Amino acid sequence: MNSSKAVPSTPSFLDFLVRRKILGLLLLILILLLVLWKLGSELVTNPTLFLQQVINGLQLGFVYALIALGYTMVYGIVRLINFAHGDVFMVGAFMSYYAIARVQLHTWPAKVFPNLSPGLSIGIGSITVILLSMAICALVAITIERVAYKPLRNAPRISALITAIGVSFFLEYFGALNFVFSPNFITYKRPFDVTTWMVSAQGVQALQKGQAIPEKTVIFSNISIIIVVVSILLLVVLQYIVGKTKIGKAMRAVAYDKQTARLMGINVDSVISVTFAIGAALAGAAGMLYAIAFPQVFFWMGIIPGLKAFVAAVLGGIGSIPGALVGALIMGQAEVLSAAYISTPMRDAIAFTILIIVLLVRPTGIFGEAQREKA
Amino acid sequence: MMLEVKDLNVYYGAIHALRGINFHLEKGEIVTLIGANGAGKSTTLNTISGLLRARSGQILFQGEDITYTEAQDIVRKGIIQVPEGRKIFATLSVIENLEMGAYLQTDQAQIQSDLEAVLKRFPRLRERRKQFGGTLSGGEQQMLAIARGLMSRPSLLLLDEPSMGLSPILVEQIFEIIRDINEQGTSILLVEQNAQMALSIADRGYVLETGRVVLEGPAQELLHNPMVIEAYLGGHG
Ligand SMILES: Nc1ncnc2c1ncn2[C@@H]1O[C@H](COP(=O)(O)OP(=O)(O)OP(=O)(O)O)[C@@H](O)[C@H]1O
Ligand SMILES: [Mg+2]
Repeated sequence: MNSSKAVPSTPSFLDFLVRRKILGLLLLILILLLVLWKLGSELVTNPTLFLQQVINGLQLGFVYALIALGYTMVYGIVRLINFAHGDVFMVGAFMSYYAIARVQLHTWPAKVFPNLSPGLSIGIGSITVILLSMAICALVAITIERVAYKPLRNAPRISALITAIGVSFFLEYFGALNFVFSPNFITYKRPFDVTTWMVSAQGVQALQKGQAIPEKTVIFSNISIIIVVVSILLLVVLQYIVGKTKIGKAMRAVAYDKQTARLMGINVDSVISVTFAIGAALAGAAGMLYAIAFPQVFFWMGIIPGLKAFVAAVLGGIGSIPGALVGALIMGQAEVLSAAYISTPMRDAIAFTILIIVLLVRPTGIFGEAQREKA
Repeated sequence: MMLEVKDLNVYYGAIHALRGINFHLEKGEIVTLIGANGAGKSTTLNTISGLLRARSGQILFQGEDITYTEAQDIVRKGIIQVPEGRKIFATLSVIENLEMGAYLQTDQAQIQSDLEAVLKRFPRLRERRKQFGGTLSGGEQQMLAIARGLMSRPSLLLLDEPSMGLSPILVEQIFEIIRDINEQGTSILLVEQNAQMALSIADRGYVLETGRVVLEGPAQELLHNPMVIEAYLGGHG
C-alpha cells in the first residue's frame, strides 16, 4: 500500500507487488489442496490412525495455546515479542518437577486428610502443584518485566527485542548451572499414574499394562483428558478475566492507548505487570502439562515449544486472544500430522514453513486487525 | 481558589512549549484557554493531568501542590481530562469506556447510579451501550468522552477542544451540556480554538500565544477586545 503510494509512476514495481501477493496466494492454495488431498486419502485408508493423530495433535495444540496466549497478550500491551516466554514455560516445568519429586507436594492432601479417596487427594495435590508453578512463573515474569523491559518501555522496539533474547539466554544458562536446574536431562515424575483406554468398535476398554494395542483402535490416556480439560478451564478463566473483570478491561484499555488510560487514573505499570503475570502463569501451567505428556525436563526445553507457540500466535494474529487459540490448535495438528505422514524431523520445518507463508500472504494472521492508529 | 498555575515552564526535549504561564480558576467557574494551533493549550492540560512534567513552576489544586503528582492521583483528587480528539477506547464497548472513567471509584452502587445518570444525560449512549467505542460517530464519541470523564466524579473538568470536527448544531449541543455540567457544580477549564463559543459560555478567559498568556479578562470583555476579534473571531466579531 505504502509503496504504491510512494511510487505511483512505476507500474512495473506495483505489478511486481501485486503479482507476488497473487503468487503467494496461489502457493498457499496449492499447498492447502495438497494437504487436504493427502489428509483425505489417509483418512480413507486408515481412519483410526488418522483419528489417533488428531487426538495427539489436540493435546499438543492446547499446550501451545497456553504458551501462545502469553506472547499475544504481552505483544498486545507493550508491542514486545517476549522471547524469554518459552523459558518461563521451562521454569514452570522445573518448578512442578521439584514440587513433585523433591517435596512430594502432590501428596499433601493424603497426609493431612488420610481418609480422602486417593483419586480426590491426588487431584487436589496436583492442582496445588500447578498453582504453585503458575504463581512462581508469574513472579519470575513480573521481575523480568520490572528489571529488563520497563526501563526500555519508550526505547525503540528493537532494543527491547534484543533484551528479550538476552533474558532468554540468561534463563537458559542460569538454569543450566549445576546448583540451579543442572545441565542434564531429568526424568519427570508424574503426580499420578497413567491410565490408557482404547476405543474400538467394541466400545471403550482400559488398556492393561504390557498389552499390545489391537488393530483398528484409537487409544487415549488420562493425560490427554487432563491436558485438554485443564487448558479449557484456564482459557475460560482467562476469557472471563479479560472480558468481564475491571483489570481485564483496564488491560484492553492500556493495550489500546496508554496515555488515555493514564488520564482515566489507570496505573499503567501495574496493569502491564498483571498482563505479564497472567501470561507467565499460563506458560507455567503449560510447562507442567507438557512435562506430564513428555516426561523429561531440561534447561532448553522451552525453546522449541516457545517458538512454535510464537508461530501459533503470529498465525492467529498476534495481539488476538482467540487467534492464539486457533493458531495453536492448527499448529498442534500440523506438527503431529506432518510427523505421522511426512517424517518426524519434518515437523519442526513445517512449523516454520507455516510462519513464512503467513508472513508472505497475511502478515496480520487469521484474526489480526489491520494496522490501527496508535497513540 | 480551586486551581492556580504559577509560572509554569514545560519543555519537549529542547522545545520550550510553556514559557511561564500563570492563570487561576475559582470554584464553580468556567475558564477558557484560547489560542491558535501550537499555542500550548494541550500542553497545559497534560501538565495539570500529570502526563507531562513541568521543569519549573507550580500547580496548586485546592491549595495543595500537585505539580509532581502521579496521573492516577490527580484523577483521585478530582481532576479529569477529556482529551483532544476524544481518545475513546475503540476496542471497548460504550459501557466499558464509561467504566474506565470510574476506574478509581470503589463503591459499586454509586458507579451504577452514576452510570444511570450519564446515560440519562446522553440518551444516544444508552442506545449504543453495547457497541464498540470505535464505531460511534464523532459527535457520539465526544459525548462518550465527556460522559467517561463525568464517571470519575470530578470537581474540575478539563476539556480539550470539545468542538473539534463537529457540525455547528452539535457544537451548540455540546456547549449546552458543558454549561449544564457546570451549573450542577463542576468547575470547568475549557480549551478551545472556537473562541466565539468558548467565550460565550465562560466566566473568564486567557489568550495563549506560543507558550505565553498574552491577554486575560472576563469572557464578555475578551469577546469585545479588538485584538481577540482580529485574531480569533474572524476580524469583525
Ligand atoms: N510530543 C511533542 N513533542 C515535541 N513537541 C511537541 C509535542 N507536543 C507538542 N509539541 C509542541 O509544543 C507546542 C505546543 O503544543 P500544544 O499541543 O500544547 O498546542 P495546542 O495549543 O494544544 O495546539 P492545537 O490547538 O493544535 O491542539 C507546539 O509548538 C508543539 O509543536
Ligand atoms: Mg491541542
